[in-house]
Amino acid sequence: MKKGLLLFSLLCVVSLLLSACSGASSGGDVIKVGGIGELTGDIPAVGASFKNAAEMAVADINNAGGLEVGGKKYQIQLIIEDNAGKTDQSASAAQKLITQNNVVAIIGPNASRYAIPAAEIAESEKVVLISPWSTNPKTTLVGDTDQPKKYVFRACFIDPFQGRVVAKFAMDNLGAKKAAVLYDVASDYNKGIAEFFKQTFEEIGGQVVAYETYTTGDKDFTAQMTKIKDTDPDVIFLPNYYSEVPLQVQQARRLGITVPFLGSDSWGSGELITLCGAECEGYYFSTHYAADNASPVAVKFIEAYKAKYGSTPDDVAALTYDAFGLLWQALQTAGKVDRQAVRDAMAKIPNYDGVTGKMQFQEGSGDPIKSAVILQIKDGRFVFFANAEP
Amino acid sequence: MDYFLQQALNALQLGSIYALIALGYTMVYGILTMINFAHGDLFMVGAFFCFLIATFLKLPFVPTLLLSMFGVALLGVAIERVAYRPLRQAPRVSAVITALGVGILLESVMLVIFPYPQSVPRLLSNVAWTVGGVTISLLQIIIICLSLGLMLLLDFIVRRTMVGVAMRAISWDKAIVPLMGVPLNLIISITFAIGTSLGAAAGVMYSQAFPVIDPYMGVLIGWKAFISAVVGGIGNIRGAMIGGFILGTVEIMVVAFFPSTYRDFVAFTLLLVLLIFRPYGILGQPRPQKV
Repeated sequence: MKKGLLLFSLLCVVSLLLSACSGASSGGDVIKVGGIGELTGDIPAVGASFKNAAEMAVADINNAGGLEVGGKKYQIQLIIEDNAGKTDQSASAAQKLITQNNVVAIIGPNASRYAIPAAEIAESEKVVLISPWSTNPKTTLVGDTDQPKKYVFRACFIDPFQGRVVAKFAMDNLGAKKAAVLYDVASDYNKGIAEFFKQTFEEIGGQVVAYETYTTGDKDFTAQMTKIKDTDPDVIFLPNYYSEVPLQVQQARRLGITVPFLGSDSWGSGELITLCGAECEGYYFSTHYAADNASPVAVKFIEAYKAKYGSTPDDVAALTYDAFGLLWQALQTAGKVDRQAVRDAMAKIPNYDGVTGKMQFQEGSGDPIKSAVILQIKDGRFVFFANAEP
Repeated sequence: MDYFLQQALNALQLGSIYALIALGYTMVYGILTMINFAHGDLFMVGAFFCFLIATFLKLPFVPTLLLSMFGVALLGVAIERVAYRPLRQAPRVSAVITALGVGILLESVMLVIFPYPQSVPRLLSNVAWTVGGVTISLLQIIIICLSLGLMLLLDFIVRRTMVGVAMRAISWDKAIVPLMGVPLNLIISITFAIGTSLGAAAGVMYSQAFPVIDPYMGVLIGWKAFISAVVGGIGNIRGAMIGGFILGTVEIMVVAFFPSTYRDFVAFTLLLVLLIFRPYGILGQPRPQKV
């Protein structure tokens, strides 16, 4: 009787071991990649573009038979988590993907205020995180020392660069001497870019006559706009998200403000035109790529995206696709599915020819070296206006 | 001076919206001594009704306003019937938690239907006049006048009609008054209907003034209106109106004359100081606890 029991338990242990082994070997042909997007919350259009492009990037690889890493073909398994437009949920999504889903790397979140908390988790867990769209410098820097993070990268340029580009554009192309700024003081992205704009605009001889703030969720900007009108600026810079910009522009126009408005890459969603109508016509913003002035790589992506989703990909979609492209290249260079090896390969990608232009990474910074474009809103579309080199 | 007048006009517009929403909090509190935390979200539903009616039925402003008020009033009465009435004898904390839950439910349902911010069609012409450097739009005039009109109407109902007498009687004593033949449940339903329809009116006007709406729009403004009601003396109808205008004025004027970053800090510090000196709010009366 006792012997029988022993035999039975032995059998159990062996079968458990076997099943564990078989589980591991079948998982060997699959690379798990995590995605964190703003699928719900305050900027769902960003999350939707992210998800579309992410699924497309993964389908492209899987349909072509998989990604060849170290002489072996792997299928990609994509696990997308929603951060619901909340900072705490961004951090917990990153934690879940790393510890429970055991992903090799994470793409996303997109907005800086969600990317920063997720990046902190990725850095401490030593897992590569590539944010497609987060332009705030802090995303790739360690919070208290401002040293570069080792495991966090991005596919876009950063705010100081963007702030500089817009400030120079305002002065050189629009001949502005006096600028006003209105930004969301509760959001890292808006605050960062507003500061860099102000700094550069004053350095090159301009004057920032009004530097006004509001907090996320505000819809009444009449007090700030009345104040801005009183300072009589030549141009107004609104480095804010596409859901708020239409209200700010409309309220300014209702108060009789007629000067042009400038924006940053957060304007670059088709939703801006839907919400703003004709009132945003003729204004400019800096962004990552121009769909109507695209390289051959970009044209191929844009056609495929249009065929699949029926709309022109916005900058989030393009950058998400590039973020995945960077990861594939890093995996191939690494030659093995290993978090540390992927990180080492990612840190020194010499040249990646992406949808949003050529990128280069150098050890010691998670930010790529790349250029920006200025777009204009014309006849309800985003039209290429000028190039801006780093 | 022009600048001050322009900002004063902005303050009146914002203040009348706060006041209208604050009335909903104060009426429900007055009659049930319960804070209806779903009220801010009913305001949001009002804005969405306006969006739906204006987009799909293409009705002009006045029918849109009335239909939205009616729709949200029905919703308010239904919420009271389903969620709050069964808890009337329960500890007050249960009712507050339920109200928060109803609010989150409304937000989530709206989020499922409208995951993207929506643009509300303009129902009023965009005309504006410039009088001596001050720009006044038709919309601002309508918002301010309509809000004041609704508030006067409410004040009249509460002070001069039988329903109003019944409301005030119930808020005085919920146990004895029904014994005198006052239909308790009916009066409570009417209170909810009036309170929520005022919130809906605010939602409609808000969505016209600031025509990008989303399911979370009621959260922040709901809190601010609630604070207005407390400052004015919660339970007191005239107090809620005064509180709304005070908060609107302080918020706008801080931005007008100080760096706008100080807005919330200065506004809420002032309100806290006010509550130190008038703990029951400006017009509130201390209610002795009945043992």
